[in-house]
Amino acid sequence: MKTRVMVDPVTRIEGHLRVEAVVEDGVVVEARAGGTLYRGFEQILEGRDPLDAVQLTQRFCGVCPTAHAVASSQCLDNALGIMPPDNGRIMRNLIQGANYIQSHVLHFYHLAALDFVRGPDFPPFIPRYEADYRLPKSTSDAIVSHYVQALHIRLKAHEMSAVFSGKMPHCASVVPGGVTVTPTVDKVTTFLWRLKELSDFVNNVYIPDVMTVAEVYREYAEVGVGPKNFLSYGAFDLDNEPDVTKRKRFFPMGRVTGGRFEKVDPARITEDIASAWYSSPTHLAPAAGVTTPNPKKAAGYTWLKAPRYANAVYEVGPAARAMVAVVGGGHPAHVDALNAALAQLRLRPEHLASVLGRHLARAVETRVMADAMADWVLQIKLDQPVATPFTMPEQARGVGLWDASRGALGHWVAIKNRLIERYQAVVPTTWNASPHDDRGQPGAIEQALVGAPVKDPENPFSLVRIVRSFDPCIACAVHLLTPRGELLKKLTVS
Amino acid sequence: MPEHGFTRREFLKWATAATAVTEFSQAFLPRVARALQQAVKEYPLIWMQASACSGCSVSVINTIHPSIKNLILDQILPGHQLFLNYHSTLMAATGKLSTDTALETARKHKGKFIYILEGAIPTLDDGIYGTLGEEDGRQITMLEWVRRLAPDALAVLAAGTCAAYGGVACAKPNPSGAKGVGEVLKSYSIATPVVNIPGCPCHPDWFIGTVARVLLYGLPKPEELDEYRRLKAYFGRTVHNRCIYRDYMDEGIFATQFGEPGCLLEIGCKGPFTYADCPVRQWNSGVNFCINANAPCMGCTEPGFPDAHSPLYQRR
Repeated sequence: MKTRVMVDPVTRIEGHLRVEAVVEDGVVVEARAGGTLYRGFEQILEGRDPLDAVQLTQRFCGVCPTAHAVASSQCLDNALGIMPPDNGRIMRNLIQGANYIQSHVLHFYHLAALDFVRGPDFPPFIPRYEADYRLPKSTSDAIVSHYVQALHIRLKAHEMSAVFSGKMPHCASVVPGGVTVTPTVDKVTTFLWRLKELSDFVNNVYIPDVMTVAEVYREYAEVGVGPKNFLSYGAFDLDNEPDVTKRKRFFPMGRVTGGRFEKVDPARITEDIASAWYSSPTHLAPAAGVTTPNPKKAAGYTWLKAPRYANAVYEVGPAARAMVAVVGGGHPAHVDALNAALAQLRLRPEHLASVLGRHLARAVETRVMADAMADWVLQIKLDQPVATPFTMPEQARGVGLWDASRGALGHWVAIKNRLIERYQAVVPTTWNASPHDDRGQPGAIEQALVGAPVKDPENPFSLVRIVRSFDPCIACAVHLLTPRGELLKKLTVS
Repeated sequence: MPEHGFTRREFLKWATAATAVTEFSQAFLPRVARALQQAVKEYPLIWMQASACSGCSVSVINTIHPSIKNLILDQILPGHQLFLNYHSTLMAATGKLSTDTALETARKHKGKFIYILEGAIPTLDDGIYGTLGEEDGRQITMLEWVRRLAPDALAVLAAGTCAAYGGVACAKPNPSGAKGVGEVLKSYSIATPVVNIPGCPCHPDWFIGTVARVLLYGLPKPEELDEYRRLKAYFGRTVHNRCIYRDYMDEGIFATQFGEPGCLLEIGCKGPFTYADCPVRQWNSGVNFCINANAPCMGCTEPGFPDAHSPLYQRR
């Protein structure tokens, strides 16, 4: 017998997401994920001063504004034909790195942990789905106490980011050309002390807790697998090479498909709208889209488009970065830490694509990021410039490709008459939570849900465990589409 | 009680036992324990996100005194306990179980619950551009949630500039016809009092202070609010009048490029038109704020943000 299971809203994620699953004989046979909020950001950006994009695109998302700040700034750097000086590059990395820690700690303890650990018996911890909580009471209690500690840690991570960004969320100092903030010795010092406190937490609490959960929920290393294609744009620039595909990054750019490492050609990315509430032409490059909203479209079930790379479905995020690093050769610290964690759990790299694998990849990269930042902050030169001056050209095009904490984030701009003619962003959750495409291929989360066991349709805890392992961020994903039937200009990706 | 459950008292006990990891003052503990045994005033709270980015929720959990633990787990003020019955980012429940909790809270605590809205409300085409949950196979719009719950709330708090005045969600051409909460209530003649806590995002102190004002002294008196229904205590003076870079201005030193020292007026600072106490309060536990990072004030607490302040990096 087939049963329809609807989870709407999926809470403890960013934004508005619904998941619908068809369950047959206790197993999901089909799933649909839909974003239920539409904002129309690109249309808001048209006609504005290009510099304003860095501020406005941060408002896609209050959890990951730094990623939009950096991607948008790099997109404009590219359009302006400039690169930031070392100080600007380093401080952007620090602002972003601190927010990776903030976002990952928040995700594990405050968004995902309650799927595995029973919380206290008062709101907001009740009511809840009564999942198969397996940890002994003392361990479970300890992890819930870390929930409280982690609130403090993520606050500290925000403070670290604000040391160089001015404020969080929505950082003030990231601009085209670099940053505005003047580095001082007290900023370096306060950053280092906070970083030390965070590193201690990550090494002694976060990673051990993830390992503890992984040990008792071992079968989740085989649950929620997804499309087995992985895409990372990479993040954290280590040099000032203008060509983003050649730039050295701490997390490298790349793809893994069929178990092999491949390069990324941004021109192979298209977006389908067969299942989205739009009636415009489909399968266009993100920077050349024509979009007509139609909330009453019969085949539509989401405001999210379906981005595809060479027509294939890709997973993005920490597991994708991990896979690209392990298969393609990432930073040795990252690769070694991943291999050590996998070995400790008696898992193989292919298990990274699973509920447990995603949590593990997130925790491991938090640790190696924190270690790397301790070096980067000391590379700041107090007496050197922080931004490269520029003049706004009459016309220009730019692209910024950068991995947010949740995965591959692309911004595209076309400038005409010194104003934004066209702006487009394809964000991580649009990849992961994408709907069925024109060929009928389900999105990454939809694929990950198929095969999941659901014993009780009234209590579908296994489904939300899978969805949350991707750390969906719907506010980011639903800004994308332009409503009200406007014909947009064509743009070639440069 | 389930085997692995905690009562609130047990939870506090072990949470505070781990003193190395919490900021909970030992001196304060016995009082909390006493207060728990005595009558604690309880305030049910429903916090919904509409056309929002979650930035205000993320900002509010940056509160230091009270700590976020005080705010969501024990008492926001000694003897005053918020019950966060609905907050989609934090609550354990999901799906229908979560939205049923919101409805149940509103029904059971009619006239007594505090309704916090984050984000603007899409109104175009009956609000179809933003939905939350479903009922009888039909998706419920945020507009419908507001129309259902707001009339029965003790007060509506609009957290952030989007909820207060529309903000970025309503920037031209306002594709989803989004509106600030006050405007929506007015258009449906819903008389529940609204207090705005603007900012993009709102500062945790502004949020906590506004909530504490309501809990300790009741709803603000008309003379305590300005014409935009925000507390004058936080939004009564301009950023410019208390700016840390006033000396640059007095000396005629103006930045003309990003990263240059100097008054930021020529690269778009909206401090003179912006009512907020950022220069004295600062952000993120006082580590910094926009101008201190040489970034011009965007005027994010104002009803005109962002359109009236655009281009953001040009002098108005």
